[in-house]
This record gives sequence, C-alpha cells and structure tokens, in this order.
Amino acid sequence: MQTLLASLRIAGVSLLICAGVYTAVILGVAQVCTPVTANGSLITRGDGTIVGSRLIAQKFEKPGYFWPRPSAPDYNASGAAGSNKSPTSSDLTDRAAKTVEQYGATPDKALPADLAAASGGGLDPHITEHAALYQAVRVAGARGVAPSKVESLIRNHAFSPGGPLTPDRLVNVLELNLALDAETGP
Amino acid sequence: MSAVIFIVFIVGGSAALSWPLGRYMKWAMDPPAVVGARRRALDRLFERVTGRLGREQQGWKRYMVTLLAFNVIIFAVSFGVMALQQYLPLNPDGMKAIEGSLIFNTAASFTTNTNLQHYSGESTMSYLSQLCALMWLQFVTPAVGLAALAAMARGLVGRAPGNFFLDVQRATFLIMLPAAVLVATLVVLGGMPMTLQGAAQATTLEGATQTIARGPVAAFLAIKQLGTNGGGFFGPNSAHPFENPTFWTNVLSTISIILIPMACVWMFGRIVGRLRHAAVVFGVMLALMSMRIACAAWFESAPTQAFTALPIEQSTGNLEGKELRFGTAAGPLWAVVTTSTSNGSVNCMHDSLNPMTGLMPLIGMWLNEDFGGVGVGMINMFVYVILAVFLAGMMVGRTPEYLNRRVEAREVKLAAVAMLAHAFFILGASALFAVTPWGTKTLNNGGAHGFSEMLYEFSSSTANNGSGFEGLGDNTPPWNIATGIVMLLARFIPILLPLAIAGSLASKRPTAQSAGTLGVEGGTFAVMLTAVIAIIGALTFFPAGALGPIVEHLQFMP
Repeated sequence: MQTLLASLRIAGVSLLICAGVYTAVILGVAQVCTPVTANGSLITRGDGTIVGSRLIAQKFEKPGYFWPRPSAPDYNASGAAGSNKSPTSSDLTDRAAKTVEQYGATPDKALPADLAAASGGGLDPHITEHAALYQAVRVAGARGVAPSKVESLIRNHAFSPGGPLTPDRLVNVLELNLALDAETGP
Repeated sequence: MSAVIFIVFIVGGSAALSWPLGRYMKWAMDPPAVVGARRRALDRLFERVTGRLGREQQGWKRYMVTLLAFNVIIFAVSFGVMALQQYLPLNPDGMKAIEGSLIFNTAASFTTNTNLQHYSGESTMSYLSQLCALMWLQFVTPAVGLAALAAMARGLVGRAPGNFFLDVQRATFLIMLPAAVLVATLVVLGGMPMTLQGAAQATTLEGATQTIARGPVAAFLAIKQLGTNGGGFFGPNSAHPFENPTFWTNVLSTISIILIPMACVWMFGRIVGRLRHAAVVFGVMLALMSMRIACAAWFESAPTQAFTALPIEQSTGNLEGKELRFGTAAGPLWAVVTTSTSNGSVNCMHDSLNPMTGLMPLIGMWLNEDFGGVGVGMINMFVYVILAVFLAGMMVGRTPEYLNRRVEAREVKLAAVAMLAHAFFILGASALFAVTPWGTKTLNNGGAHGFSEMLYEFSSSTANNGSGFEGLGDNTPPWNIATGIVMLLARFIPILLPLAIAGSLASKRPTAQSAGTLGVEGGTFAVMLTAVIAIIGALTFFPAGALGPIVEHLQFMP
C-alpha cells in the first residue's frame, strides 16, 4: 500500500511538471517567438478569412491552378493518412492510371513520379520544381498567359529544402498558386 | 551521393553526441558516493517526493515489485484520463468518448513505451488526453527503462539495485525533461505548431472548406522522439507536415530517435566500469544497424513497381507514402532507425515501402537490441551477451564468466526464456490471427503483403515499437485486446528476467580472470556476439519473413 501511495505521489508530481509546466513553457516560447508558425502557419487575406496553411496541401482541380500530389484522404486536414498500399498493389496501378489520364501523360511526356505517388500524410504541400514545370503549359493555357511567364514564376519559387543534401528543388503549391493569382488575376 | 552523406551525417553525428550524453546520464542516474552539494540536493528532493520509502535500500525483489507497482499506477491514471475525456476540459474540438477496448489498448501501449496507435490523434483524443494521458507517459516510461538498466548494471558489479523511486525520478527530471525542453524549443523555432487553439477553418482558393487540425504538437514531438516512444500527435505521425514541417526538423527528429539509446550503452559501460566492453557492444550494434540502413536505402531506390507499365517517370525511387521535403534517403533511414530503437514513429508509410525495404524494420524489431529502447535496448543486448559467453564457454569447455562472475544454468535458463518469449509472442500471435477472421478480415492488401501486415503488427507490439503497416484495420476488439496483452507481457518479462539474472550474478563471489576466460573487450567477442544474434535471429524468424516480404519481392520485383 505504501508502495502504491509513493508511486501515486511520483505520478502526480511528474504529471504536474511534465504535462503541465513543460507544456506551458514550450507554449510560451512558441507564442512569443514564433506566433505565426506556432498557430499553424496560416495564410489569411486582408479581410481576415483563412485561405489555408502553407504547410498543408489543399485540393486543386481547376486547370488554371497547379495541382498537388494525390492524397489518400482527399486533402482532409483533420483526418490525414497515407494510402498504405503496397508498391506492388494493383489498386495503386488503377489509381495512378486515373492520374495519368487527368494529366494527359504519354510515353513521350511521362508524368513526374511525385505527381503519381500519394504522400505519407496526404497533405504534402510541395511538388518538385520539375513537376511544376510539367504543368506550366496547362496552367498558362487556361489563364491565357505566356508559358514563359509561368515558368519564371515557378523558378522564383523553387527552393532546396536541405541545401546541398537535397538535390531536387521543390515548390510550395499553395504559395505558387497565390502568386499566380496575384500576378495574373484569379 | 547526397544520400550517403546525409546518412553518415545523421548516424555519425548521433554517435558522437552520445558519448558526452552517456557521461552525463551516469552522473544523473548513478552519482558516485561522494558528490557535490547540488547533486545531493536533487536526490534529497526526489526522496522527499517519495516519502519514507525514498530512503530504503531495496533488494532485487523489492526493486522489481516497486517497478511493477509504479506501472500499475501510471496505467490506471492514463486509462482514467482517456475514459473521462468527454467530461474534462481542454477539448476545443469536442472529442467524444473512446471505445473501451481502444482505451485499454492505448493505455497498455503508452504504459509499455510502445505507442502502438489504433486511433488517429486528431480525430479521437482531446488535448487533455494527448498531454496528460499520453505525453506524460512518454516521459515516465523511458524513465522506467533507464531505472531498470541502471539497477541491472549495478548488479553486474555486485552492488545492490538501488531505489526504484529515486531512479525513475532521476531519469524523468534529470534526463528526459531537459532533453525535451531543448528539442521542443528547437522544433518550435523550426516552424512546428504549438497551440491550444482548436482546428482552423479555411476557405481554399477554389472555394472549398478545409478544417485544419492543429494543437500542442512541438511539446509532444520532442518527448515522443527522445524517449523511444513514437506515438504521433496526428495519425500519419512525423509524415504529417505539422509534426515535421521541414528538412531540418526531420534531421533533428531522426537524431533524437537514436541519441539516448546510444548513450545508454555508454552509461552502462560507466556504471560497470568497463568502457572498452561498452565500446565493443556499441560497435556491434552500430554495425548491425548500419547494414540494415544500407539495405533499406538500396531497396527503396527502386521505383514504385505498380507504376512501371504506365507513362510515369521511373528515375526516382519509390515515392508512395513519402514526403518530398525530407529528401530521398530520409524515409528508409528513419524506417530503420525507428525500428532499431523501439521508437516506432514514422516519416513515411511503412506499408508502402518496397517489399525488401519493409523487411528491414521487421528485422530491427525481431532483434530489438541495436540500439533498442531507452534503457531496455541495452537490457535486451545483455541477454544476447549472456548467451554469447555461454556458447563460447561451451565451445572451449570452460565455465563461462561475465564481468568476473560465473554464468551458470540458472542465468542461462532465464536468458533463454526471455529470448523464447519474444519469439513466441511474435510468431504465435501472428499465426493465430493469420488463420482466423480476427486477422484476415482486417487487411488492406492481399497476398503476401497482407500476411506482412499482421506479422508487422505483432512484431511491433512485442518489440514495444509501435510503428505499423498502417493499412491494417486494427481498431477492432480482437486486435486491441490481443496486442494490448502482448505489449504488456513483452514489456515486463524482458525487464524482469534480466534483472533476475543480474540479481543472481550479484550474489556470486567474483572470480579471478584466467587465460580460459573469454575477454569481452576484443574482436573475438564482437564476432561471437554478432554471430549469436544473427544465428538466433535468422533461425527464429527467417521462415516468417519468407512468407511475407521475401515472397512478395520474388513475386513482383524485377
């Protein structure tokens, strides 16, 4: 009994410190030093409405926007998940065939792999620069602007997430689409 | 090339950092008899919290009973918080009552440092449950492992085990807490969310509504990684952009997985006063883990097999279930590191790894000792060490010895039971579910991959790992109850039996080292230990592996 009581005391003290004080300290640091990212890196318009989070992919289907990677939970940001399909699965072949059709990919103009593969959480906000350039003609056509203009926008937004450790450059789809709207009108 | 540099940078960096950390952990867990006033004041404080029992010198039985009693209490508290979450505060998104078998499974999972999750955090748990049931256990359960390791190490040099109440507080407050504060602060600066506000409602550019779940993620992530816990705040764990927003948070997270398990080896070496022996063990562990990392990175560079007949570029590796911002090698590296230790967090979906890549995490959990969970990894390795010195002794016909104490029938029997229990839970339970609708009705993939999903689930439960082939529909009463029981047994049997071995060795008189003793500080011992691990592991688990990932590879991969 004494043993259980002593355990209970230690449980109580550790609960107070590790769940209470610790959380409060980190919360304080976050809300003071990095308030924007601490609240989810939200992007708001002038009138205060939230457009989304720069870390979270959202659904784009219109031809005038860049499309993100496929998402198993259909971009549900309160129920994220991967497809969890084996890479040898025929379900995956069927899904990718639909994506290929959507993009109108052909053997001469093969689809970049990241546009065919669903991300781990279904909310990957990035595509490769290569995959964005692949979509440039469609986007430019739908908006009636020169492809070169869209391409230079992509190049301006591309970045290396890990410097020299990651050779593939990425673009953030939501930010790119916002820039596109700002430049050419929605 | 950049992949190789990336891997060497992370593994090498962690190994280098583990040395000073091991030194600190020895100071925290097992201060020398004569210490400074400040260190003594800390122990006084811990004694005060405990009460009268904080001053007693516990014997082996007493130490083990106290350890179990503490675990009963923390299980009960976390169970209670989750069961009552709908009535408690800090629930901005209105999470409802949780089903009974799921509460049992989750409480068992977090009490055993497993963090197997049959739920998705963002749609099941209130913030209070996340913080006060789950995150709290992420602090105290690795502390239980560290306490057990410290006690075992003391026994091996003939000392009494110490006092569990003191040890568990030393580990919680002097090791886990400061480390978590440091890492949480860094990931906050790296852009991770840390808020108590509920989900945000966004109107997307195309006019749809998107509900964006968020929460106190940074605090949760830090201790999740450091304590080989692995339970994610969100369902997809560290593949979720909020739980791992950038390349650099991913680097820090990967190092945090492996750092304390590595330092445990040095702490052990310092307590038993045999750093050269610790270095040999560390080397064996590092070699075994590095082999799996190399294999995983290699197999994962093959493109997604399902896409090969379609007009899709085949030049990159398998990207299904991976996030782009971490780079190509980050997924397989993390998959191996998280299963080498008993962490179990993921930054890519293990179900979607190429078949042979998926075998590497399985092997990690089957061996479960390089570097293993916080504290318990070194304890598991100790069981292999006992078997290695025993077999070496048999080969030359001498009574085996370990650290100048004779290893006799009693110790070897206990070690063999610990070894067999691990295999029995994995293989027995997988077999049961493979032939009943409990398992077969819950699969997300057909054929050999479906079998792999079940095998992985029980390997993960038994190794107290917590990762999964998450396609498995595992939130059913049979899965919840079976894995819950397996996690509990597979946590405490492999802690208590080695402690019993240590207690038994501690009671023997030290023998003088002779020419016939197998030295545990040289290359011969390293080879012997590696061979024992490889042979036991291969003989036990190869048949099951052949039915799962290996046959899938042969069936489909070119």
